Amino acid sequence: MKFWRTPLDHDQIIIPRGQITVIPARCKGCGLCENYCPRHVLAMSVAFNAKGYHIPEVTDAEACVACGLCQIMCPEFSIYVTEVASRVAD
Amino acid sequence: MNGDEACAEAALSAGSRFFAGYPITPATEIAERMAERMPDVGGTYIQMEDELASMNAVLGAAWGGAKAMTATSGPGFSLMMENLGLGLITETPCVVVDVQRGGPSTGLPTLVGQGDMMQARWGSHGPYEIIALCPTSPQEMFDLTIEAFNLSEKYRTPVLLMADESVGHMAERVVIPPVESLELYPRRKPTVPPDQYRPFEGDDAGVPAMACAGEGYHLHVTGLTHDERGYPVTTDPAVQERLVHRLIEKIRANRADIIRVESRWLDDAEVIVVAYGISARVALLPIEMARAQGIQVGWLKLVTVWPFPEDLIRQLARRVQAFVVPEINYGQIALEVERCAAGRARTILVPHAGGDIHDPRVVLEAIRQAVEGQGDGVTG
Amino acid sequence: METNGRLTAVNESVAEPQHPMDRFLRQDRLPHIWCSGCGLGTALNCFLGALIKSKLDPDKVAVVSGIGCSGRVAGYVNMDSFHTTHGRAIPFATGLKLANPALKVVVFSGDGDLIAIGGNHFIHAARRNMDLTVICVNNFIYGMTGGQLAPTTPTAARTSTSPAGNRDHPFNLAYLAAASGAAYVARWTTLHVRRLERALTEALLKPGFSFVEIISPCPTLYGRLNKQKSGLEQMQYYKDRSVIQHGADPRQADIALNGQIVVGKFVDLDKPSYLELQKG
Repeated sequence: MKFWRTPLDHDQIIIPRGQITVIPARCKGCGLCENYCPRHVLAMSVAFNAKGYHIPEVTDAEACVACGLCQIMCPEFSIYVTEVASRVAD
Repeated sequence: MNGDEACAEAALSAGSRFFAGYPITPATEIAERMAERMPDVGGTYIQMEDELASMNAVLGAAWGGAKAMTATSGPGFSLMMENLGLGLITETPCVVVDVQRGGPSTGLPTLVGQGDMMQARWGSHGPYEIIALCPTSPQEMFDLTIEAFNLSEKYRTPVLLMADESVGHMAERVVIPPVESLELYPRRKPTVPPDQYRPFEGDDAGVPAMACAGEGYHLHVTGLTHDERGYPVTTDPAVQERLVHRLIEKIRANRADIIRVESRWLDDAEVIVVAYGISARVALLPIEMARAQGIQVGWLKLVTVWPFPEDLIRQLARRVQAFVVPEINYGQIALEVERCAAGRARTILVPHAGGDIHDPRVVLEAIRQAVEGQGDGVTG
Repeated sequence: METNGRLTAVNESVAEPQHPMDRFLRQDRLPHIWCSGCGLGTALNCFLGALIKSKLDPDKVAVVSGIGCSGRVAGYVNMDSFHTTHGRAIPFATGLKLANPALKVVVFSGDGDLIAIGGNHFIHAARRNMDLTVICVNNFIYGMTGGQLAPTTPTAARTSTSPAGNRDHPFNLAYLAAASGAAYVARWTTLHVRRLERALTEALLKPGFSFVEIISPCPTLYGRLNKQKSGLEQMQYYKDRSVIQHGADPRQADIALNGQIVVGKFVDLDKPSYLELQKG
């Protein structure tokens, strides 16, 4: 992130990090997760699952901040995020 | 007290703690009595917005663990049909009282009819069996309501009490025994933990144990065809066959336990009067008059009209000349009698469109004609 | 299997991971039957989140549904659930609640089931302020049966029984609920996931009749017939058209084709619930 000056509490801000898990068999390729992820972590894959749907895959794992929007929005219960070790903002 | 009031008292004695209804003559007194008495026993009375809501509220209450009842007459009975089906396929114990009146349609709200008997059997869509009881007096309104609740719990099915306006509005002495002396059939609960429980798997009699909502069993109950777990399976005829077969056999195979009749003078009878409800009571006078004239006529009162006592009629048809069926309609149970007689004995209908009870002389005449070899056929 | 960091084949043979909501779902029945892009899954997701936040005991929660795509919700939740007849979820739920007041009874229904055939029961339950939480997933159409006109279909919208465009007035469900006496009325779309979850939590904890209308995409039918081909497109439509107005007068919240969709919490009254009145 670019700042024009360093914030005073910069070293105290902890940015959460998340790990995405996709359950391929449930996905129906609606694309909501890819579209609404605020950090553009996901992209629909070229590959498809057994039912023929393109499933989401993580293309920028570092960017995920475990906001959980994909998890709550997914109509199929086929994606969720687990919070992992967070990092200080840089 | 009158029949309606006796019915309400019986429900309370049987342990019913939920009544949902809608006012309709001549069943309104049942609702009114329930509204008055339910608070005394800590139960719930709710007047719903129509009969469809009443029937559904009764089903919901049954799944909430209560013994539930509703009461109506012809027009309301018609409205309850779809959801009676829901009760049948989900095997929900409850009691539905139909105090029959003149029909069809709005008909004669304050006068007697017996025109809903076939509707009781076939009113809902799809294949099913049902239990229907017919009281002939206020005391029987009491006794048979208790029995209806017992049968509904024993066979996990809605049970119909097919009363009529005469019996409902008739006032006679009713003996109400103390609750402790009544034989009440309790709801059979599962004995296995939730992960092993199959809410729609029958026991030896074909009846499943019934867990209710809030008991930790995480039931799924659906009106769609379902498997033993209760999950809908709508693409497999084998599942349909298993379910429907069990629902039907649950009643048919146990009919010896369910069917009740009362009879007099059958041993030497040449002609038997078969009747139910108020007509069974009315028939006694012409029968006694006929017997006094030397006519050997018997009396068969159907306490349980559905399932119909087929075996008994078939058996009797072998040794009598004819059945005389007085009913306040244009031939409904008479059709069943004729079917089971299978031509071995004649079936003579004594119809009545409704509005009052049969004139005993008309029934006497029919009995006389029957003995003289005249008359046959229900639809003429 | 990956090539250049991108998935080229999906391996489904590994054991399925546990989704955090799985304990509330009948996993042996997933994936559910709803179409790709359908909002029902999202609505259910928000509901389960609300259930967790409300801290209600799931063993004491009963879900009652009617007929239609929304009616299938009952079959997927791992709680006491009842899939009843068309339009009759509310009276069934009423009986269930009154026979066992310790239960938390939730009705999940669709616009057709709840307000067409079930309309009478809806207004009476609201009038009574019956202790129920009623969730209406409104997709403006009859989905399960193939896309027919619903009482909520906006004027001029196309459906299979209004092929030339609907020439009828739709209901405003929030207004209807409020006018009938509901103690809590809120409307959100499946886009507003966090606010919807919050509204559902409030609705679950509120005594009396709480009504949450969830505007939801139906890409296969309503969307396809009205030039919004995918769930994503319908969601974009909600994003463009929805306006959050808490406390808005539901009378002013009609939903017209290409018009505003007013969302928010419209009614939150302190009014004795049916059960509270019985004690008095």
